[in-house]
Amino acid sequence: MDLTLKIWRQKDSNSKGQMVDYKVTEISEHMSFLEMMDVLNEQLVNSGDEPVAFDHDCREGICGMCSMYINGEAHGPDRGITTCQLHMRMFKDGDTITIEPFRASAFPVIKDLVVDRESFERIQHAGGFISVNTSGNTQDANALPISKIAADEAMDAAACIGCGACVASCKNSSAMLFVGAKVSQYALLPQGQIEAKERVLNMVAQMDKEGFGNCTNTGACEVECPKGISLENIARMNREYLKASI
Amino acid sequence: MSGLLSSSIARKFAMALSALFLVFFLLMHVSINILSLFSEDAFNTASHFMGTNPLIQFVMQPILIIGVVFHFALGLILEIKNRKAQGVKYAQNNGAANSTWMSRNMIYSGAVILLLIAVHFVDFWFPELNYKYVQGLPEDPNRYYHELVEHFQNPARVGIYALAFIFLALHLLHGFQSAFQSMGANNKYTKGLKNFFAGYAIVVPALFIIIVLFHFLNH
Repeated sequence: MDLTLKIWRQKDSNSKGQMVDYKVTEISEHMSFLEMMDVLNEQLVNSGDEPVAFDHDCREGICGMCSMYINGEAHGPDRGITTCQLHMRMFKDGDTITIEPFRASAFPVIKDLVVDRESFERIQHAGGFISVNTSGNTQDANALPISKIAADEAMDAAACIGCGACVASCKNSSAMLFVGAKVSQYALLPQGQIEAKERVLNMVAQMDKEGFGNCTNTGACEVECPKGISLENIARMNREYLKASI
Repeated sequence: MSGLLSSSIARKFAMALSALFLVFFLLMHVSINILSLFSEDAFNTASHFMGTNPLIQFVMQPILIIGVVFHFALGLILEIKNRKAQGVKYAQNNGAANSTWMSRNMIYSGAVILLLIAVHFVDFWFPELNYKYVQGLPEDPNRYYHELVEHFQNPARVGIYALAFIFLALHLLHGFQSAFQSMGANNKYTKGLKNFFAGYAIVVPALFIIIVLFHFLNH
């Protein structure tokens, strides 16, 4: 298929960016979206132009590196996938595809489609962990009884890969689905209880400090999340926060 | 406000609590107005009680006004903060693919409701204050029904109220269930409440429209 691409080009974080049009031809419907981007970049390199910078790593939907806002949606017009799992069969010959970086003040553009998501790391550092003695006397994990329901819900929350699609999709650029998932995965398990209070207070404080917006429960994050993280995690974080504040 | 509401989750709670308070007030308001469909005397009695009871006039009414102002002021502050958090706008954004129109436009439906309240104050509340406290006229327990009917003889006013109530329904369709989510009530026990939230959001504004149209068409 032949396509027209409208891509955000920005030299560096200090430059002003703009949308630039490109043509790509003979794209196979079996290609992934990132492979199509590879074709474009080969074309650009061969013609002596600067290739489009974009994030990617595992290319199998696990690492959360690939971002891109495609035709007005984070990770493009499909559900439960990252951009590397988006296939060109979702598009038609002759289509024009708009490709932009994830937008949020807390995700500044580094170059073209690459954004800085370190703010998520700093939120994790603020409390997204449990303190465990690993000096050789590690307790058997199965010694602590955990209900199947709690284990499943914690696992579902832990499926978050921190890609930032929730922030990119949110009209308020809120990070509450990400933080809700990270708080929930520990709040549901006995290992997370000891630091529960500090965790939720510190992570929410860091989230606010990073400049993410306020959640208004539109639910766009849940729909666009490649890992199907539920809004229930935000509600759980709100309960945890209330409990920790009283 | 900045100290107490410095955290984004505290602001969510505050928005939700003030919203639930206003949702309860709407129920009370429509319950009294419904009486006007069936009995002039019952409506007059209820209105006279609401208009003269010191607890309602000097405690509940100021609390309600503070609640409304707080909800709107915080909503506006959040909107400004959220626009700042977004930074550069997308060239193409397909919001309809992942969220409802109501949820994305609460600030606009809220602004229409604010206009409705302003019109409502000019129509009813300011004349009421003038009657009772400026002119100091003697209380007539039978005046309320006639005042209501008189106001809704103007087709333009009926149209404005009906349109504003549609926006109230749109605001409530997202707002009521959103308030529960903000309070942390979204789990397996609250799934069954979704129909109740939607039902309330449609039925209460619809009743207000029916009341307005009833008096316009029947008199």
